[in-house]
Amino acid sequence: MSDGNQGGVKLKVVGQRPVRPDGVDKVTGRAQFGADFHLPGMLTGRIKRSPHAHARIVSIDTSAAEKLAGVKAIVTSADFDAGAAGEVEAGESHAAMKEVAANCLAHGKVLYQGHAVAAVAATQPEIAAEALDLIEIIYEVLPHVIDVEAAMAPDSPVLHDDMFTKGVTPKPGKASNVAARHVMGRGDVAAAFKAAEVTVEGRYETAAVHQGYIEPHACVASWGADGQSTIWCSSQGQFLVRAMVAKILNMPLSDIKVIPAEIGGGFGGKTTVYLEPVALALSRKCGRPVKIVMSREEVFLASGPTSGAVMDVRLAATKTGKIIGAEMTLKYQAGAFQGSPVNLGCMTAFACYDVEALALVGYDVVSNRPKVAAYRAPGAPMAAFAVESAIDDLALKLGMDPIDLRLLNAVRDGAKTVYGATVRYSALVETLEAIKASPHYRTPVGNGQARGVAAGFWFNVGGESSAAVHVDEDGGVTVVSSNPDIGGSRASMAMMAAETLGLPIERVRCTVADTTSIGYSGSTGGSRVTFATGMAVVEAAQKVVADLKRRAAQTWECDVGHVDWKDGVATCTDPSKDVKPLSMKAIAGKSAKTGGPIAAEISLNAQGAAAGYGVHVCDLEIDAETGRTTVVRYTAAQDVGRAIHPAYVEGQLQGGAAQGIGWALNEEYVYGKSGLLENPSFLDYRMPVASDLPMIDTILIETKPNPRHPYGAKGVGEVPIVPPLAAVGNAVSRIVGKRMRSLPMSPAKVLAEMSK
Amino acid sequence: MSRMVVNATVNGEPVEFLAGGGQSLLDALRDELRLTGSKEGCGTGDCGACSVIVDGRLVCACLMLAPEAEGARIETIEGLADNGHLHPLQHQCIEQAALQCGFCTPGLLMASKALLERNPDPTETEVRYWLAGNMCRCTGYDKVVRAVMDAAADLRQAEKPR
Repeated sequence: MSDGNQGGVKLKVVGQRPVRPDGVDKVTGRAQFGADFHLPGMLTGRIKRSPHAHARIVSIDTSAAEKLAGVKAIVTSADFDAGAAGEVEAGESHAAMKEVAANCLAHGKVLYQGHAVAAVAATQPEIAAEALDLIEIIYEVLPHVIDVEAAMAPDSPVLHDDMFTKGVTPKPGKASNVAARHVMGRGDVAAAFKAAEVTVEGRYETAAVHQGYIEPHACVASWGADGQSTIWCSSQGQFLVRAMVAKILNMPLSDIKVIPAEIGGGFGGKTTVYLEPVALALSRKCGRPVKIVMSREEVFLASGPTSGAVMDVRLAATKTGKIIGAEMTLKYQAGAFQGSPVNLGCMTAFACYDVEALALVGYDVVSNRPKVAAYRAPGAPMAAFAVESAIDDLALKLGMDPIDLRLLNAVRDGAKTVYGATVRYSALVETLEAIKASPHYRTPVGNGQARGVAAGFWFNVGGESSAAVHVDEDGGVTVVSSNPDIGGSRASMAMMAAETLGLPIERVRCTVADTTSIGYSGSTGGSRVTFATGMAVVEAAQKVVADLKRRAAQTWECDVGHVDWKDGVATCTDPSKDVKPLSMKAIAGKSAKTGGPIAAEISLNAQGAAAGYGVHVCDLEIDAETGRTTVVRYTAAQDVGRAIHPAYVEGQLQGGAAQGIGWALNEEYVYGKSGLLENPSFLDYRMPVASDLPMIDTILIETKPNPRHPYGAKGVGEVPIVPPLAAVGNAVSRIVGKRMRSLPMSPAKVLAEMSK
Repeated sequence: MSRMVVNATVNGEPVEFLAGGGQSLLDALRDELRLTGSKEGCGTGDCGACSVIVDGRLVCACLMLAPEAEGARIETIEGLADNGHLHPLQHQCIEQAALQCGFCTPGLLMASKALLERNPDPTETEVRYWLAGNMCRCTGYDKVVRAVMDAAADLRQAEKPR
């Protein structure tokens, strides 16, 4: 693999800001998203959901609904394959299929309000809605538990009789809501605290927040009489949808074709299935295509969110500010089924810092909430909120500049992470220095305002990807990608292919293929697409270049070593040959004579995704009368390796920062006493709108290109949601005059703290 | 279910479609006329993904009943480009990477068009408050606001007498 620095070769396409290949489709309404498909004879599917937080399903009577004219099929969990078992790779985590199935249609018990119980397919939406009302479900309501620490208490209602805490020896004799206990650490923490000259400690809480993609989940499923089926859906991975549906419905993978629609945002929340197996089960029963689209209320009640958390953190430091030890307990809500990202919280909590002695304990805790899904850097933002707040306390205690304190403790290449990896190709120090030197940080804080700083880390991942490069007969190129384009990845794929082939970007088109048209790929998640799928694109393009050179050599009857490829043209360096250069177009036009069509497909398992680091600085003010916080200036700096399309990289930083600001200030799942969600709408679940935010300045740090990627790319999408919670929190704490330990820092909470 | 015939003008063309009494204009546009560029993000008028212009007024198509469109002049995202030529708002949107997933984009563009028809030279604050009814979860709005302001400048330039 070539060096990420490209040996000083001047790049012509990578680093530019061309219009994305799908740009026109997306500004003209032509792009087809999940709910935009229509098939002849298509039925409308609707889902009957639990009105209770926790209940046993005594009986389901569908007979009245079945008699309603226009109702074509009804399914319950009995229509799924009860033997669905095993695991499926799902973005950053493995998903236990039995639980994914039970989340799509409840089996025996409903575990949260909105849990799907049955589904109907009918000729008209109105008929489907009426049929739902006719399905009679008798519940035995059970006591429920919502909060994470209440769920851990010995007297808590237990969701799963067969859940015995993993990671505890001896195995507990009693079932509980604690699915797993993760322990991580190194060094002698007790000794570090004994030796400490300064300590800080605190308890921090964050609320469950939703990914908030604007496009609700949607799919169309069509069962063929021969069992061969097609699913059109919006997801973060067509192969993932295929694998999960196949397991749940006990079908061979080859009988399911998943066609990826454009995806209207996901942020990790579309790395699982909710509707697809249900729609296909309905279609299997009646032989007609079935479309299901979630309402926004359903999205809030039954998809996502990410964990709320309770964390206790303690730092031990010297009086010069060196952190010598830390301990932390993290309790994460998993929702109704196990699988919170608490292990990732433990791994990332101190990943920015070189701390000798560490002790972390994480608890994965189920409660009567919707099952959590991945959300941008899953598990990291809440842990960073606690740690970066504690570090801010330390800076205050020591009277140190918050950047200097972080610089003193920052990881450098060669450091060991708590999970065993060695830090490589990192630019945290440069990122901190860039913030310190930024116009924002050098400007004094405005009157009545306060400033907060925080850092953040994400691993970034590689993994399995496929891509193909096809040379058209006229010398243009089609790149076939295996990953849904969630934020402009078609552009980066096309750009990397153009760079490698020496073509102008306009000659390269990029398409996202269905599961039958390209090799397997992992999901669009973990900030892996530009890195891993990009690597496959570049290797396929390199293979095409090699083939083009071979064909030129064959035409010229010279040695292939005498063929140069530059700017999309082959030139002969053999002095004995008097031949004219051959363009891509010339070679492609005569491909039949040199071996047939020119194309290459690469499938690989990309290794070497370098971690990314971000540092954010936030200025804000608070209205003393209402407690409303307004962010007035914000700068995000990030170690990005090399930005393939800088505008879309900036966009990742800006979007992540905005989501983090929402998480810090307003967003939360609010539950009433009966365990029901009180704010399942965009009106009451308050995400940032344009008038809530300032411009978000970005600084892209490109001093450490990733040498394991042909153009130096690191994942960039997840890091930027990690620092904002504490960057905002640290600033709010300054104005309030005390440490803000609980998110969101909503106006009511801020007012209450200010008036204490 | 009885349905009524609705006659309206959509993107300059007369259309006739059948609408149920409780059907939203958004569902009629999407399901009857197959104009799926307008999106449903919430169905409650909070996200603005279904923004269209009806008789010169910006509305959430999910909040208007389809039969109310009788005789109305409706503009949707499908009519924003002029005979295949992008509107300056569309042009600036893709030039400045003011979209990521693109789902909110049609609504944002229609809302922006309505803004610039009223206020050809908006300040950043005016753009931000006008677009406060159009949620975007991907971009943090920075590039969206810049694109709208630059499109406004393009439009002003185009209107100047030469």
